[in-house]
Amino acid sequence: MQEAKDLKGYKQEVQDALDNSFLRTAMDNFAVAYRTGRANAFAGLDVENLIAQIAASKDSAIGQMDALFDEFKANAEKTGTRVHLARTAQEANEIIAQIAKDNQVNKIVKSKSMTAEETLLNHHLEAQQFEVVETDLGEWIIQLRNEGPSHMVMPAIHLSRYQVADLFSEVTGRKQDSEIERLVKVARRELRRQYLEADMGISGANFAIAATGTIGLTTNEGNARLVTTLPRVHVALVGLEKLMPTLNDALKVNRVLPRNATGQGITSYVTWITGPNACASAPEGQKIFHIVFLDNGRRELARDPVFKEVLRCVRCGACANVCPVYRMVGGHQYGHIYIGAIGLILTYFFHGREKARNLVQNCINCEACKSICAAGIDLPRMIKEVHTRIQDAEGHPVKSVLLSKVMKNRKFFHSLLRSAQKVQKPVTGGTPYLRHLPQIFAKEHNFRALPAIANKAFRDTWDHIKPHVATPRYRIALFAGCALDFVYPEQLEAAVKLLADCDVAVDFPMEQSCCGLPVEMMGEKDAAVAVAYQNLTAIHPEPYDYILTLCASCGSHLKKAYPRLLEDDASVQKELNEFADKIIPFSQFVNDVLKVEASDFMPSKLKATFHAPCHLCRGLGVTEPPHDLIRKAGYEFVPAAEEQTCCGFGGTYSSKFPQISAQILEKKLEDIQKTGAATLITECPGCILQLRGGAVKHGLDIDVKHLSEALADKHKKPSS
Amino acid sequence: MGAPENLNKLFKDKAEAVSAIVSEVASLNEALSYAVEICDRKEACQLLISGCEEELSSGAAELCEQKQKKSIAAPALDADLSQELASLCHAKGIDVVTKDLRKHVAGIDIGFTVVDYGIAETGTLVLDSSSEDTRLATMISEVHVAVVPKSKIRPTAFEVENELIDLMGQSPNYTAFITGASRTADIERVLALGVHGPLELHILMWEDH
Repeated sequence: MQEAKDLKGYKQEVQDALDNSFLRTAMDNFAVAYRTGRANAFAGLDVENLIAQIAASKDSAIGQMDALFDEFKANAEKTGTRVHLARTAQEANEIIAQIAKDNQVNKIVKSKSMTAEETLLNHHLEAQQFEVVETDLGEWIIQLRNEGPSHMVMPAIHLSRYQVADLFSEVTGRKQDSEIERLVKVARRELRRQYLEADMGISGANFAIAATGTIGLTTNEGNARLVTTLPRVHVALVGLEKLMPTLNDALKVNRVLPRNATGQGITSYVTWITGPNACASAPEGQKIFHIVFLDNGRRELARDPVFKEVLRCVRCGACANVCPVYRMVGGHQYGHIYIGAIGLILTYFFHGREKARNLVQNCINCEACKSICAAGIDLPRMIKEVHTRIQDAEGHPVKSVLLSKVMKNRKFFHSLLRSAQKVQKPVTGGTPYLRHLPQIFAKEHNFRALPAIANKAFRDTWDHIKPHVATPRYRIALFAGCALDFVYPEQLEAAVKLLADCDVAVDFPMEQSCCGLPVEMMGEKDAAVAVAYQNLTAIHPEPYDYILTLCASCGSHLKKAYPRLLEDDASVQKELNEFADKIIPFSQFVNDVLKVEASDFMPSKLKATFHAPCHLCRGLGVTEPPHDLIRKAGYEFVPAAEEQTCCGFGGTYSSKFPQISAQILEKKLEDIQKTGAATLITECPGCILQLRGGAVKHGLDIDVKHLSEALADKHKKPSS
Repeated sequence: MGAPENLNKLFKDKAEAVSAIVSEVASLNEALSYAVEICDRKEACQLLISGCEEELSSGAAELCEQKQKKSIAAPALDADLSQELASLCHAKGIDVVTKDLRKHVAGIDIGFTVVDYGIAETGTLVLDSSSEDTRLATMISEVHVAVVPKSKIRPTAFEVENELIDLMGQSPNYTAFITGASRTADIERVLALGVHGPLELHILMWEDH
């Protein structure tokens, strides 16, 4: 549970998590095992289509939330079920406590419910002297430890068997062995009597089917079946977003939810409950059955044009499973109650700005969550939007206001970069790296060597180097992006040379500026929009076959984010679409459009590996062209483990959370070293900055190159 | 899929992949013999795997002690089969429980059921568990022995959708999908079976035509 008061406090807690070696190992193992498990579980299924079906079905349900509630209530009440609607978490807790009082309840058993975690139901009931026992193993463990969950599906993933054994020794009053199988059986036997002694069972629900007034519950342990069977009263606490019209909608979700959550085809138990069922301990042999629906901001969210898709979430937890930051810091630092990417967003809506303020800044924007979300939610975008909202409400930090002002004025921005080049000499000592960090950077940024700003920006040399192509096969506009333009012009020059050799006419529209991603990441949406207009004006797409980028982050921002940022302006739509359509990353253009061949390159015996930039493999969906090109260029290509996992750069992220960025980089460099390759190729200047800086800092003998350099080095001149 | 033998094979493969023990039976009588055989062979309390000698808190230990004799719960059998089961069990000194399962929460050895449908895609059993005793027989038993008629095996859950809707229309209703044994991975993500429900699921595929 994240409750740090300010960013400084939050960073301290993050540091403690990073120092927890058990947690780090557990998270690493999980991250790798999860990917394989998920892939196996979806083998032979059209995942994208299944996800699209869920998104459509949930969107439709969200659009008719109130009507579905009325329908559910009417159908459920016909069966004798009592249906309630709680406007707030407090109201839900009060309704449930009142049901308990009305039925002379003493002991309550619970099965796992994130919604009950959201309302802090246990605290409320315990304060009213009810005895509450969690029966899901993980939930019982964290209840006994007085903690919140660290994962939505595996709430006690942060704990070791030894910690559990100590805890169980305390609970039973007898020394317990740390063998997991034994610990599980101890829990089984300790909890069995609790079901029998309880007067009331509380469950959540994964599905609420309006057509029949049925709730559906998915569990592996089977505790929900005992919770809903043995006590005489059953209360289900259900978020309004779980309402769906028919069983068919539920079955669709159920096909994806367990596969995405834990790599299982289905959970051990799926339970469908309609009406008050037979119950021998109830007064008339029939269960007293209440369903409490929770609003707590959901109805307002359902009407919000931007954020309503957040309600599609089916709580599979997968966004945490693939998140490189979650992997480093664990759930207690990556959510208040809800965990992972969705947790950062829901914290804002369910628990307020205070709790969300620090968390939403801790997204590295690698899009891993977006690529596996069971409901197709654009999570990174939602996080950025929440960040913007918080800053709009609280005032934007000086740093980000300044940056945003600077970015809105291209000439001023570029002149600043040029003067920075002049004053950096004392800290570079003439090398291409900043040798001593200027004071504005804290010591913790020192985990990698930072590059110096180039003597001459690409834009300032363009007039001299612009090649002449007599009979071009293609005409392209080059979009440079700040890092390549001002820090790594040689990577652009390599590309320009290769393109000219391949008879491509290259143009470099001078009025282009930063793509705007950094300001959007800082929650400065206005500046991001302003910059988008500048670039759209600078590069008229019409005369060009393609607009080429060597920076995957710029490329995916131009192609995917611009249409969204400028969607309200009807006057630019035609040009905007053409602009976005023509954006192409370097590797895709050279491999798939120019169709270069191995015979165009000089063979070598060098081993090379590849790091897939997040915004190339996920943002732009380009995975194979760089591999093909590395092979064609004559390298022996050795794939690295976790090639598509983020390098830890994340633009401004690495200066905001350097300690996390450093740890992600560390893991990345280990994987690279294991390939034995002397050359590491990638296709994004941000990744190069991070990886090259890391390699230099660690004294590794690895040459980090942009794909353009790797190809240009080996390309045969057409005339030779 | 399509052909019944492929469907049966898929069902079997998927069920076995989640640790169910799958066999074939030609009749319900054979299924009863199987259940009694398993009961006779198994250790008196399978929880011994965790060591019944292990110390528990006194309340939990007391409950555990209530279970003194081997038992099979078969709450939903017709009269003939009940008779058959009773005589098979009598010969082996096993108790048969057909009602008030709640009194046996300390544990029973075998829960015996004939399920309504099978779902091949996931090796899942579909069982109308509206009777409390059926619910408990499949939860508090250490081993669940379930008979699935081959004629009732469908490719996916969508092919039992209409039947499920019918069940849900007859409120109150409690329908269960059961796939493999009760499981958890809540401690260090290590898979452990039998956390609250059965430690083993045996599926008997019954050639019912």
